[in-house]
Amino acid sequence: MDLSTIWFILIAILFTGYFVLEGFDFGVGILLPLLGRDDRQRRVLINTIGPVWDGNEVWVLTAGGAMFAAFPEWYATLFSGFYLPLLLILVALILRGVAFEYRGKRDDPQWKSWWDRAIFFGSLLPALLWGVAFGNIVRGVRLDATHEYVGGFWALLNPYALLGGLVTLSLFTTHGAVFLALKTTGEIRERANVLAGRTGLAAAALAVGFLAWTLFGVRGGAAAAVLAMFAALALVGGLAANLVRREGWAFAGTAAAIALAVACLFAALFPDVLPSIVDPANSLTVDNASSTSYTLKIMTWVAVVFTPIVLAYQGWTYWVFRKRIGVDHIPQA
Amino acid sequence: MFRVTGPGRLGPSGPARAAALTANLDPVDALDLARWQFGVTTVYHFLFVPITIGLSALVAGLQTAWVRTGDERWLRLTKFYGKLLLINFAMGVVTGIVQEFQFGMNWSDYSRFVGDIFGAPLAIEALLAFFLESTFLGLWIFGWDKLPKKVHLACIWAVAIGTQLSAYFILAANSWMQNPVGYRFNPDTGRAELTDFAAVLTNKVTLVTYPHTVAGCFLVAGALMLAIALWHLVRNGAEEFRPALRLGAWVTMVAALATLVTGDIQGKIMTDVQPMKMAAAEGLYETERSAGLSVFTIGSLDGSREVYALKIPGLLSWLGQGDVNAAVEGVNDLQARYSAQYGAGSYTPIIPVTYWSFRLMIGFGLLTALVAAWALWTHRKGRRPTSRWLVRAGIVLPLLPLAANAFGWIFTEMGRQPWIVFGEMLTRDGVSRTVSASEVVTSLAGFTLLYGLLAVVEVKLLLRFIRPGLPDPAPPPETDTDDRPLAFAY
Repeated sequence: MDLSTIWFILIAILFTGYFVLEGFDFGVGILLPLLGRDDRQRRVLINTIGPVWDGNEVWVLTAGGAMFAAFPEWYATLFSGFYLPLLLILVALILRGVAFEYRGKRDDPQWKSWWDRAIFFGSLLPALLWGVAFGNIVRGVRLDATHEYVGGFWALLNPYALLGGLVTLSLFTTHGAVFLALKTTGEIRERANVLAGRTGLAAAALAVGFLAWTLFGVRGGAAAAVLAMFAALALVGGLAANLVRREGWAFAGTAAAIALAVACLFAALFPDVLPSIVDPANSLTVDNASSTSYTLKIMTWVAVVFTPIVLAYQGWTYWVFRKRIGVDHIPQA
Repeated sequence: MFRVTGPGRLGPSGPARAAALTANLDPVDALDLARWQFGVTTVYHFLFVPITIGLSALVAGLQTAWVRTGDERWLRLTKFYGKLLLINFAMGVVTGIVQEFQFGMNWSDYSRFVGDIFGAPLAIEALLAFFLESTFLGLWIFGWDKLPKKVHLACIWAVAIGTQLSAYFILAANSWMQNPVGYRFNPDTGRAELTDFAAVLTNKVTLVTYPHTVAGCFLVAGALMLAIALWHLVRNGAEEFRPALRLGAWVTMVAALATLVTGDIQGKIMTDVQPMKMAAAEGLYETERSAGLSVFTIGSLDGSREVYALKIPGLLSWLGQGDVNAAVEGVNDLQARYSAQYGAGSYTPIIPVTYWSFRLMIGFGLLTALVAAWALWTHRKGRRPTSRWLVRAGIVLPLLPLAANAFGWIFTEMGRQPWIVFGEMLTRDGVSRTVSASEVVTSLAGFTLLYGLLAVVEVKLLLRFIRPGLPDPAPPPETDTDDRPLAFAY
C-alpha cells in the first residue's frame, strides 16, 4: 500500500477517534440544561467527562497536525476555504474548554449559569458544524485549477451538508445520553436512558437518510455501502440495547455507529481528499495533495511507535475513572 | 516551474498564481490583518504557555518534596500552586488550538510551501506532547484519591515532561523558519521538501532557542511563585509561604542567568544566520568595527537624527561575535547585499520595533532577577520585613517576565521580516489568498474581543483564588469507596 494511502487511513482513524470520543463530550454539553435540573445534577454531568474531555479534544489537534504534515495542500485549502465555520468552531471550543475549568471556581449562580450557556452552545455549535464541514468535504466544493477554494461561505450551507450537520448533532446528542446512562446513577441515569431512545430515533432517521443520499446521490462504492449498512445496524443495535437497559452495549453501539459512519464517508471520499465540483481535474487527491514519501516515512514510524502508547494510557484513564457518579459524589462547593 | 527573480518565491502553481496575485489587490489589506491576528493571538497564547511549562515542573517538585518528606507544608503548597496551574492550563490549551488552525486558515500558501517540513514537528508535538499533557493532567486533577501516591506524583511529572517535548518540537518548527535546514527547494512542485529530518531537529537555532525559551518560562513561573509568596509573607506574615518564596526566588535568578547565557549564544548564532536581525537590534546602519550597544536612544531610529544615545562601546561586536573589536555589518550594507541576492525590495525590518523590543526583553528580564534578589535578601535567615514596597513589587513582579517573553518573541519574529521563512519565502507570499479582508477583520475582532474578556475573567479569578492563601490541610483520603464524595470535582 502507498504511504499516502496509509496516511489517508490514519487521518480517517484520527477523525473517527475524535468524533467517537469528543462526540459524547459534545452530547453531555448539549444535554447539560436538559438533564441537569439543578446545580448538583449539572455538576454530575460535567464530572462524567471532567477527567477525559481535554484528552479527547487532542484527537482533533493530532488530526489537524497529521493533515498538515501528510497532506499540506488538503490542510491549506480546507482550512482557508472553510474559514468562517472553523472560526465559529474555534470560538465555541475556547468558550467550552474555559467553561469546564472556570465554572466551579466561584459559588455564584449567575456565574455558573453563564458558563453553563458557554458549555451548551460551545458543544452544540461544533457538533453541528463538524457535520456540515464533512458533508461539504464528501460532496465536493468549488476548487479552481490551483486547488484553491472559490465557493464562498454561503455555498457551504447547502442542503446535503446541513443534513450532515443535523446527523452529527443528533448522533452526538444520543451518544452523550447513552454515555450518561452508563456513567451516572439515580434520576439522571433514568432520564438519560429515556432521552437517548427519543433522540436516537431522530438520529437513526437522519443518519439513514444522509448515508443513502451519500451513496446514491453523491459518491459511493461497495466499501462505503457496506460500512453504511453496518453503521445503521450498529445504531439500531445500540438503541435496542438502550431500550432493554444494557447500557454498556448501548454505548458500544452508538460508538460503533459513529465510527462506521465516519469510515463510510472516508471510504466514499477515497482516493480524493477534497473533490472539486467544478472540474474533476481540480480535485485534491491522496496523490496530488500529499507530502514527499520521505516525510511520510518518518511520520509513519512516529505514528507506529507512539499511537499504541497513547491508546494505552488514554484507555487506562477510562479504567481509573470507570465508576458511576451520582449527586452524592459531588462535594460541597 | 519557476523561481521568481523578485523577492521570494511564489506558491506551487507558478504563473497562474502569479497572475492571481497581481490581479487581486485585496489580500494586501488581508495580509496586514492576518499578521496582526497572528501577533495578537500568539503573544496572548504565550502568556499562558510559560506559566504552564514552568509551573508544572515546580508543582511536580513541590509534590515530590511532599511524597519524600511527608511534610504537610509541601502538600498545601502543591495544591495551592497546582490550582493556579490548572486555571492557566485551560487558557493555554484553548488558545493553542487557534495557533494550530491558523496556519491553514490565514497562511495557506505558507502551509503549502512548508507543509512537507513544518507539519511533521507539529503533528509529532500533538501525538507525543499534547496527549501526554492533557491526559495526565486529567488524571492528576481527579486522581488524588484514586491513584497510589507515587503513581499520582508520576502523573504531574508526565505533564511536565509533556510540556518540555511540546516546547522542543514547536521551537524546532519555528527555528526552521529562522534558519531553514535539511531541505531542498523542488522546482517541480514549487515547495520546500524535507531531505534530512535529523538536521531539522538538531538545527543550531533550535538547540539554543529551546534552552533560552525554557529558561524564559521558568523566569515567569519562578517569579509568579515568588510574587504570591512575597505578597502573603510581607502583608499577612503567612510564614507557610516562606519555602515558596525561597524556591521561587532561586528559580527566578537561575533562570535569569540561563536566559543571559543562552541569549548570548543565540546572539552569536543569529549574527551568523540572520545578521540583519542583529543589526536591527541596535539600529546600526553603517558597518562598524568595535560596534557599541546603546542602552537607549533619544531621537529617531532611522539613522538620520540621533539626539543622544547611551552607548556601551564594543558590546554589540562582542555579543555578535565574541570579540569587542569585530566588525558588525550595518543595515545599509546588508540591504544592498540582499537586494543583489534576492532582487529589488526592502529586506529591512521595522527598526524601532526591533530596537526597542530587544531592549525591553533584556530590561524586563534583568528587573525580574533584581526583584527576586531583593526579596531573597530581605527575607534572609528568617527575617520578616514589612516594607510596603515589597508588597508593591510582589504585585508587579509577575508582569515583568511575561513582558520580557512577549518582547523576545516580538523581537525575533519582527526581526526576521520581511521573510516568513528566512531567505526562502516572503511573509506577503505566505498569506491565504482566498480569505478576504472582511473575513480576517471578523476573526481578528472576534479573537481580540473574546481574548480581552477572558483575560479580565482570568485575572479576577486568579486574584480571588490567590487572596485567601494556602488551603487547610485536608485529611488524606484513605480508600476509594462508592458512596464517598469525590476528592476533586468540577
